[in-house]
Amino acid sequence: MLQEEKRARLDTIIKRYPEKRAALLPALHLVQEQEGYVSKEAMQYIADYLEVPFGHVLGVVTFYSMFYDKPIGRNHIQVCTNVSCQLLGSGTVVDHIGAYCGIKPGETSKDGKFTLSEVECLGSCGTAPMMQINDDYHENLTVEKLDKILDSLK
Amino acid sequence: MADTGLKYLLPGIRDLHKIEIYEKHGGYEALKKALGMKPDAVIEEVKKSNLRGRGGACFPTGLKWSFMPKKSDKPKYLCVNADEGEPGTFKDREILGQNPHVLIEGTLIASYAMGVKTAYVYIRGEYVKWMNILEKAIEEAYEKGYIGKNIAGSKYSVDIYVHRGAGAYICGEESSLMNSLEGERGYPRVRPPFPAQFGLWGCPTTINNVETLANVPVIITHGADWYLKIGYEKHPGTLLYGVSGHVKKPGIFELPTGVLLTDLIFNHAGGVRGDKKIKAVIPGGSSTPILRGDNIEDVRMDADSLIKAGSSIGTGGVIVMDEDTDIPLVLERIAHFYHHESCGQCTPCREGTGWMEKILNRINRAEGTMKDLDILMDVANNIEGNTICALGDAAAWPVQSALKNFREEFEAKVKNAENVAA
Repeated sequence: MLQEEKRARLDTIIKRYPEKRAALLPALHLVQEQEGYVSKEAMQYIADYLEVPFGHVLGVVTFYSMFYDKPIGRNHIQVCTNVSCQLLGSGTVVDHIGAYCGIKPGETSKDGKFTLSEVECLGSCGTAPMMQINDDYHENLTVEKLDKILDSLK
Repeated sequence: MADTGLKYLLPGIRDLHKIEIYEKHGGYEALKKALGMKPDAVIEEVKKSNLRGRGGACFPTGLKWSFMPKKSDKPKYLCVNADEGEPGTFKDREILGQNPHVLIEGTLIASYAMGVKTAYVYIRGEYVKWMNILEKAIEEAYEKGYIGKNIAGSKYSVDIYVHRGAGAYICGEESSLMNSLEGERGYPRVRPPFPAQFGLWGCPTTINNVETLANVPVIITHGADWYLKIGYEKHPGTLLYGVSGHVKKPGIFELPTGVLLTDLIFNHAGGVRGDKKIKAVIPGGSSTPILRGDNIEDVRMDADSLIKAGSSIGTGGVIVMDEDTDIPLVLERIAHFYHHESCGQCTPCREGTGWMEKILNRINRAEGTMKDLDILMDVANNIEGNTICALGDAAAWPVQSALKNFREEFEAKVKNAENVAA
């Protein structure tokens, strides 16, 4: 399931802890990096690899908001809508992206290009409003800036 | 408590994240000094310095370290809490990004003082950029012999590993953080037993915030007496104040403890956008009680002053709201946050946070009643103090304080709703 290079990384990570199951979050990150989400098969693979029950892996995947148990869009646009961003217009940001991509928060565009989510504080309150697309932060957003960023996405 | 310009966390030195630049500015000298001291003497010095935790609870750091057993058959652990997630807080990422070695050095000194052989930095999953910077810095420190076997030529050995979280605010709570690190759901643990007795894998463990540990090198270098003179002596040092919301120049400002809140807002953060009046201020992250703008004149930013003002210093994350802000709407957003982040273990929190959000939503939709305001307060009062961890309290305080300090705004919305209904 995991590519050779990723499995080697996981093996290195496992050695950092006295118990294998501590590598569960890192293992799930590796799976998601490779597959884009964590499928039931992947959960079983990780469960076997770390010698924990499948149900435990499922419980952990569903507890943490960064793990997806279904495929999502190539560009996961996460807009912070918590207080500091709310005060500076995160609502407008969400609406603008929604109109651009033709989706509502929580949805994925039909072509699989975008998923839009409203998320909790991402620790960028001083550069509000902001969003995260995949691993990257985009801060101090304006409508003009948003258009540029959205146009550049593949 | 004037601003002396002292900045040891974020001194603004170019490329300070690179180890040779950090060393050029005296970096890792504090570690060498500490390694020449007895571990107990290091703890004593930190105790004497009155350093208090920067994660929100202001617990005395030296005292926390002294709870770790001197002799232990089991390994001892240190967790660095980099799971920054309290709304309004964006300080630790600046240390991670600009000055990661000061955190590493503080972590090493703390580990040595407590006899820890393995330290984990638990970093929030979204901080990929900052995690990469930190990992690079750790790699450099290994290469230079500051981490690993016999560090800096001493007999002491220690490892530091980065552990990435996966999007759960609750994991910033120390016992939840430990469970998460062990590969569990982030459920907080019942205490006692406390982490120093029964922490990671049942072993003695201490959890410290990033900014807390980043304060340690300067204390070892200059001594506790020197440190006590920075800011307010019962809560000394510089703080990374984060100012956000309706200000002209939001950002992180490293200043001594005890600065005036108004000084922070008007002089450092440039005042309010459009020169409007301030309606409300959240002084230390979303869980700290909300203050009225007409009541902040003499409020100082330290642990004791903010308690006197009816709030808390928290993480030093100041959120400023101008006169046009709709407080019930802001409160609903905060209530939504705690509802979303409640781990679901304790009934008062799991159910109560949802009820509070629903009631606030009703009030904001102009469908609330006067009775709703009483129920809202009643729910908040019944969450507070009735949960395993402090998330319940954190959810209750904003509601209680907003209802108390801005009651007229809630009543106006309700009266409006009742008029429409009539």
